[in-house]
Amino acid sequence: MATASSKAAERQTIALSFTVNGRAYDLDVEPHELLLDVIRDRLALTGAKRSCDVQVCGACTLLLDGRPVSACTLPAFEARGKKILTIEGLAENGTLHPLQQAFIEHGGFQCGFCTPGMILTAKLLLDENPDPTEKELKHFMHGNICRCTGYKKIVESILAAAKKMRSGARSGKN
Amino acid sequence: MLRRFRLEEPDTIQAASDLLVRFGDAARLYAGGTELLLVMKEGLVRYERLINIKQIPNLNQVKLDNGAISIGALATHRELTVSPVLRESLPALVQMENNVANIRVREVGTIGGNLCFAEPHADPGTLLLVLGAKLIAAKKTGQREIAVENFFRDAYETSLESDELLTEIRIPRPSAAGGLAYLKFGYLERPSVGVAVRVEFNGGEKKWIAEARIAVGCAGPAPRRVEEAEAPLKGKSIQEATHLIDEAGGIAGRASQAISDLHGSQEYKEHIVQVLVKRAFQQAVQKS
Ligand SMILES: Cc1cc2nc3c(=O)[nH]c(=O)nc-3n(C[C@H](O)[C@H](O)[C@H](O)COP(=O)(O)OP(=O)(O)OC[C@H]3O[C@@H](n4cnc5c(N)ncnc54)[C@H](O)[C@@H]3O)c2cc1C
Ligand code: FES
Ligand code: FES
Repeated sequence: MATASSKAAERQTIALSFTVNGRAYDLDVEPHELLLDVIRDRLALTGAKRSCDVQVCGACTLLLDGRPVSACTLPAFEARGKKILTIEGLAENGTLHPLQQAFIEHGGFQCGFCTPGMILTAKLLLDENPDPTEKELKHFMHGNICRCTGYKKIVESILAAAKKMRSGARSGKN
Repeated sequence: MLRRFRLEEPDTIQAASDLLVRFGDAARLYAGGTELLLVMKEGLVRYERLINIKQIPNLNQVKLDNGAISIGALATHRELTVSPVLRESLPALVQMENNVANIRVREVGTIGGNLCFAEPHADPGTLLLVLGAKLIAAKKTGQREIAVENFFRDAYETSLESDELLTEIRIPRPSAAGGLAYLKFGYLERPSVGVAVRVEFNGGEKKWIAEARIAVGCAGPAPRRVEEAEAPLKGKSIQEATHLIDEAGGIAGRASQAISDLHGSQEYKEHIVQVLVKRAFQQAVQKS
């Protein structure tokens, strides 16, 4: 690996205009500020969690322009001009998303630490593939780790939500 | 925690190369950041400046160009899995890409970053070795072509010069009279062993193997093509080659420069290479 310089960098700020759960924000961020810290500490949206901090577990998952990212390892400036959805923005007018409802009904969580990431990733899965096989589901969700449930109930919850959504409940938003 | 750094955002290859010359070791190119930010967060490396190359236009395109497949270095793993060009002409690469890391890393990580970081436990380099890919390196004063065999030097070491960017991966379109497979094995986050096999048949009759290519990755410090293992298969019928494939796999295992580490012992990895060579050969023949 390349040799590294130890000189400290000078401060620099970058204008970050973006939308989080439909609300527009204009912030100044430094290049090294991570998206997860901006969302949790500056916007006080604490649904996304820091757990592994190395892009393995998915507890920090956010949808950036509809695509899943590990906010623990993504600099906040990467969100310039983009739309973010966090778990806090998923329910509409107080009505839970079918996935949220299914996780409650089917015991899809215990401690809940992995749940925001699980649900956002599952939302994307079902938006792309409304009728996934269990194999497709497991491949898609491979990067979301749960230390409590043993996954069985999570799979059941997602498949139950898929069924409900196919029968026309609500398609969910981006 | 990530230490403070400054961000540069050049919009041409020349400007990015200029910045590399100007800031030397204090700066580093930044694409998806999925590798770089991890080692920076760990404090293993420090850079005063990151040069974000994602503002350079058109570096993520996948297209057919003069009969070759051209992949821009900034194409993300996900972009490769959904590319119509690749789905049509190189489904084995699509399949390999679809099994890289997890959905979030595939979304952000680029193929260029994967190759340039040269982390040993990676997939694309191994497959590119049997495809005869050429890597295009560019700097301020021009560009050059590096055969993929000459790209990987060692773990985390490539033949790119300090002011060069990887801009493109060029892959000759595989002929219809052949088959290709990439298989990997591992139970940790990253693959422990990866094997690519490609067979070409002569005369379109699918009877004789005109050419066989075998490459092994992850087991040792860098992916490598194993010509010693290819030789016994050349000129053989499928049946003959099927009898010889264990031997070829054994040669590939011993040539893989497998090291004992967290992923397993040297002996274990050599064995897995042998098994994967056999399975990949069978798949490649089936797909032809
Ligand atoms: C949890 C996890 C699991 C993973 N699993 C796998 C796996 O199963 N298989 C696999 O193959 N890989 C795996 N990876 C690695 C992954 O593929 C790479 O992290 C990713 O593709 C790197 O691309 P990047 O754009 O993020 O690179 P960056 O982090 O942006 O860059 C990496 C390095 O390459 C240099 N660089 C980047 N682009 C260029 C360029 N165009 N020219 C010159 N230098 C450049 C940078 O300066 C830096 O040194 C995994 C990674 C993680 C975090
Ligand atoms: S905390 Fe980001 S992936 Fe685990
Ligand atoms: S419910 Fe506790 S980690 Fe998943």
